[in-house]
Amino acid sequence: MESSSSSSTSNQAPAPALSGVSLHPAASIPAKKAAPAVTPKVQIRTLSFFYGKYQALYDVDMDIHDRQITAFIGPSGCGKSTLLRTLNRIYELYPGQRATGKIMIGGRNLLERADDVNLLRAKVGMVFQKATPFPMSVQDNISFGVHLYERLSRSDMDARVQWALEKAALWDEVKDKLRQDGTALSGGQQQRLCIARAVAVKPDVLLLDEPASALDPISTQKIEQLITELKKDYTIVIVTHNMQQAARVSDYTAFMYLGRLVEFGDTNKLFTKPAQSQTEEYITGRFG
Amino acid sequence: MSLRQHTSQEFEMELESVRQRILDMGRHVDQVLESAGKALLEHDTELGNRIIAGDQETDSMELEIDHLCLQILARRQPVAGDLRLLTSALKLVVDLERIGDLGVSIAGRVVELGSEPPLTPYEDLMRMLTTAREMLTEALAALQSQDVASASRVIDKDEVVDAYYTQIFNDVLSRMRESPENIFRATRVQAISKYVERIGDHATNVAERVIFILTGEDIRHAARMRRSDFS
Repeated sequence: MESSSSSSTSNQAPAPALSGVSLHPAASIPAKKAAPAVTPKVQIRTLSFFYGKYQALYDVDMDIHDRQITAFIGPSGCGKSTLLRTLNRIYELYPGQRATGKIMIGGRNLLERADDVNLLRAKVGMVFQKATPFPMSVQDNISFGVHLYERLSRSDMDARVQWALEKAALWDEVKDKLRQDGTALSGGQQQRLCIARAVAVKPDVLLLDEPASALDPISTQKIEQLITELKKDYTIVIVTHNMQQAARVSDYTAFMYLGRLVEFGDTNKLFTKPAQSQTEEYITGRFG
Repeated sequence: MSLRQHTSQEFEMELESVRQRILDMGRHVDQVLESAGKALLEHDTELGNRIIAGDQETDSMELEIDHLCLQILARRQPVAGDLRLLTSALKLVVDLERIGDLGVSIAGRVVELGSEPPLTPYEDLMRMLTTAREMLTEALAALQSQDVASASRVIDKDEVVDAYYTQIFNDVLSRMRESPENIFRATRVQAISKYVERIGDHATNVAERVIFILTGEDIRHAARMRRSDFS
């Protein structure tokens, strides 16, 4: 795997001064600013994944940075959704699937079976490609998950619901419809309701699996704006087939191919000057 | 890096069209420079006037490439090497257009000089022009052959052009000191040498942009920026 760096110091020698008349006065150019330091929220080490005997991930190593947006891109079957599904062990819902290696969050390896998987999924929330509101009111869609982990008074729960809906940029649109069925909202609103539901249990990490792939352009823009806003409080990982979306919203991008991490690095660099020819071929539409 | 072709053959053809049009425009402005040099050597004011009248062709080529790049950017949302090619093309055509303009400016001075005999033989000026033209053609050849080393060598050649300029400048200065009668011709020669010096600068820009297209390394202002990093 190639990890891109942002270093750009040139090795070119300074041009020699001309003799005689000075014809090229040097202009003053401001010095470069150093990139801000980032800390890893999730450390993935030698992660492999198996669907029965079929190996879908091979020795993935990656740091997912705190309060940054990391996008996983790659052609269908490359392992990006599989990688996302390991981060909250949701694969355990299906028999025969297993992961090896380490995924460290807060000093603990979340792949260790001793860890409470329900608590893990509260800390690592997930939003799916298709909006999946529960067939219940908007209010209950939010409070349902909170009830599983916390005992809150009615007023505190109401406050939590409002807070989560505000976080998901949905409050203004549904504050008068809290008793209405969540499934009656538009597609874009339903997806933001699902994000509000994930946020309501106060996770550390939000996993978004193609969250806008079924939405119209305006709803997609709202989701992307929301993702950018949520970055202030959460570490976000997004899987997307839409490379322009990855380029628009993410800080870091991981390109995967055939179960391997080919390149991971700063999104600006990966989309302008990828280090690997395979990455360049994929993002420029030469295969995939 | 050598890449396979795009899945979309149309996109592939569009990018190739941009490359070819840049090369065509480069060849065209080089012909302008060749003609301008010939007009200077042969005191051919008629040729000079034809060069001046033909400037629109260069401008049209610039506009066509601009429009093509904008269309591709809007429709394809290119990234990586494709993005570098298109954004650099938008800048490259400005350099090529300016080189064309400078060729026209040389022709303008040729017309002003008319049949006046040269103050001194135009040997150094022609060598300077030949070097600047080589820089341009080699920079564009590097784009075609994807040869980063060739493009780098072009940048080094700019010092030769600058040295010629300094030499010619000091020479015309001394000619002007010798006699006020020399001033008319000397100022024209000085202007032409300045135009050629600028052509060298634009050819350097072309080479730098070719390196950026091919490698993603932006080496513009590299020496000056490095100095400011340590200041």
